[in-house]
Amino acid sequence: MTALVELQDVSVDYAGHGGSVSAVQNVSLTLGENETFGLVGESGCGKTTLSMALMGLLPASARVTGQLLFRGQDLLAMSEAERRQQRGDELSMVFQDPATSLDPTFGIGYQVAETVRAHRRVSRGESKARALALLREVGIPAAESRYADPPHRLSGGMRQRVVMAAALANDPSLLLADEPTTALDVTIQAQVLDLLAELQRKHGTTILLIAHDLGVVAQICDRVGVMYAGQLVEVAPVAELFAAPRHPYTRALLEALPSRGRRGRSLRVIGGQVPDLSDPPSGCRFADRCPHRMDVCATVPPLVDSDSRRRIACWLDPATRATAGLPPVPAAPTPDAPIAVGPS
Amino acid sequence: MTEQSRTVIEQDSVPLLEVEGLVKRFPIRRGLFGSGSVHAVEGVDLQIHAGEVLSLVGESGSGKSTLGMCVTGMSTPTAGRIRFAGEDVALASRRGRADFRRRVQPVFQDPRSSLDPRWPIETTIREPLDAYRVGSSAERTARVAELMDLVGLPRHFAPRQPRELSGGQQQRVAIAAALALRPELLVADEPVSALDVSVQAQILNLLDELRNRLKLALLFIAHDLSVVEHLSDRVAVMYLGRIVETGPVERIFSAPEHPYTRALIDAIPHADPGRKMSRIRLTGEIPSPVNPPSGCRFHPRCPVAVDRCSTEEPQDTQFDEGHSAACHVAAAALAQRGSIISVLSEGATS
Ligand SMILES: Nc1ncnc2c1ncn2[C@@H]1O[C@H](COP(=O)(O)OP(=O)(O)OP(=O)(O)O)[C@@H](O)[C@H]1O
Ligand SMILES: Nc1ncnc2c1ncn2[C@@H]1O[C@H](COP(=O)(O)OP(=O)(O)O)[C@@H](O)[C@H]1O
Ligand code: SF4
Ligand code: SF4
Ligand SMILES: [Mg+2]
Ligand SMILES: [Mg+2]
Repeated sequence: MTALVELQDVSVDYAGHGGSVSAVQNVSLTLGENETFGLVGESGCGKTTLSMALMGLLPASARVTGQLLFRGQDLLAMSEAERRQQRGDELSMVFQDPATSLDPTFGIGYQVAETVRAHRRVSRGESKARALALLREVGIPAAESRYADPPHRLSGGMRQRVVMAAALANDPSLLLADEPTTALDVTIQAQVLDLLAELQRKHGTTILLIAHDLGVVAQICDRVGVMYAGQLVEVAPVAELFAAPRHPYTRALLEALPSRGRRGRSLRVIGGQVPDLSDPPSGCRFADRCPHRMDVCATVPPLVDSDSRRRIACWLDPATRATAGLPPVPAAPTPDAPIAVGPS
Repeated sequence: MTEQSRTVIEQDSVPLLEVEGLVKRFPIRRGLFGSGSVHAVEGVDLQIHAGEVLSLVGESGSGKSTLGMCVTGMSTPTAGRIRFAGEDVALASRRGRADFRRRVQPVFQDPRSSLDPRWPIETTIREPLDAYRVGSSAERTARVAELMDLVGLPRHFAPRQPRELSGGQQQRVAIAAALALRPELLVADEPVSALDVSVQAQILNLLDELRNRLKLALLFIAHDLSVVEHLSDRVAVMYLGRIVETGPVERIFSAPEHPYTRALIDAIPHADPGRKMSRIRLTGEIPSPVNPPSGCRFHPRCPVAVDRCSTEEPQDTQFDEGHSAACHVAAAALAQRGSIISVLSEGATS
């Protein structure tokens, strides 16, 4: 896998009134060329913050530390102008709510054409032709006649397609899609996911897909990273993660999902709550809710290669333990041992 | 059979809620569409029995929330009948209607919007008891504690304000308030859609437990079909104001008859990379309910539509006990199965 993006010990803190919020802590992650990487985790665990750090679009109150490399280039060492240039050339974003990305007063075609012109020096005629081609590519029916329609004339699904057309204008190497289908109906979500997968195939774009719906990730991603309270706790190829989740949080998350096999039975719940990130626990952030907590969990477990395909940050994992010179846990719980059953 | 047990059975066979030919239209002003109306609900029949969970599914704009609002009495139907425990709600006396509103309670998607941000949660839970003057003050206080136990809120949370609670805890408060007057039916419109997976699991478990313990019936409006499959006894599928298929949950998910139901089920993204979404996609989007398509409303998007679909509206066909769908093609297939069976049995007798 050729790396497009390499994050090393990336942390993000937001300065605030009540002290700072540690939104992302020591995340290390590599995104390969041509892959679709899913980032999952519950609300507030730092997914958007991490992707915004990559885009260089965090608010002024945020402080980023660590190393962010894009094609080997150090993003934090670049000037604001250089980053803007690079965003225009290589990166694009699609958000949950297409309304926020589109200007309500202009025609959709014009907005896509403007994005084309922002990236390339082309005539108006050429940018219009390219915009039409992009609108057709994302499946806007009768693109010519809809060219001048303002966004509110389109349904949510169609608006999301327009946003994707604009995001493709610069033929990006990395597309960040933050909950792109969360606001859509399942039927339309399936169409948009098909479109993402097709664009990935055709253009070889690397996609970082943020989603809280594990089903969406299971359907279109190659690899998945699980975040909890600002820490990246497990990274694995999609099939392996879903078939045999190893981090206690990943397991709890999957077992909380309703599924055919669990009809008529109660779902697992994770006792307790996500810690307050303005005063996070100093060690493993899942420790309060983890049934396997040990003394060593008061220290942050590093994210290490558990085997050649999977990375885990948990003191139960032999590879994590080895970094601290600890022997394997005598009776490591099997993946299907009961986990985190809290009050319902 | 004794006199008494017979009455019990008869009572039980009267549905708790019976909706017949329900229509709700919203008039719209001149302008973009000229004058006319939004046909949000167009002739819906449904029944819910005590202790039963009926889920209402369908794309947004299909009329689910509007139907829910009519059922809870928050919206007045344009036409049709709603009977609760056998009694026509529209014809009820003032007292009868107040009684209906007590016995049917709504729960909404966003717990924040249904809770007063300035009130401690105990006040929110107690409010319906005060409004309906249930028992003495001491009894109300005791009931609040009981309700908090029931929904799994620690009692020391009583003086807290909503903003001090997580989303799941806020939804518990909303459910506790909805349960205060011992309703028999909850109408829950997307009650877990705004919640994280782990919190959603808590609320689903809670709803399931309430159904078992209190024999509470539930009209569960949802767009997440895996949640629906988990919780429901029966499912009603709605499209552009109509219920196009209704049946027991296992049947609807394993062998749906209506092409729209099939499309919804095929679009579920399973949290199992080995079980990919079906490759067949429903094209296009739900049309405007101001001018619904002629014939079968689904025909412009239907992958198996035939000529008569654009002109002739399909009627409900019963496929099995409690399972019906409105589709020409499915009905024809059923008729054919029937004739094959009769041919086979004729062959056997001769
Ligand atoms: N501008 C900000 N100032 C201070 N804190 C912030 C800011 N933006 C986010 N946070 C905090 O940082 C943490 C991570 O937030 P983030 O938005 O990255 O989470 P997320 O995983 O994207 O969540 P969601 O699934 O809800 O979108 C949260 O605790 C959040 O409250
Ligand atoms: N108060 C209202 N005025 C006008 N139209 C409405 C109103 N409420 C709902 N509608 C319309 O009725 C249709 C059904 O809406 P709704 O019941 O909210 O569907 P669902 O809950 O299935 O998404 C939609 O087209 C919607 O825009
Ligand atoms: S075992 Fe320790 S390190 Fe692993 S998840 Fe539990 S608390 Fe964290
Ligand atoms: S009646 Fe015709 S258009 Fe409607 S669902 Fe059946 S086959 Fe499709
Ligand atoms: Mg986010
Ligand atoms: Mg609704």
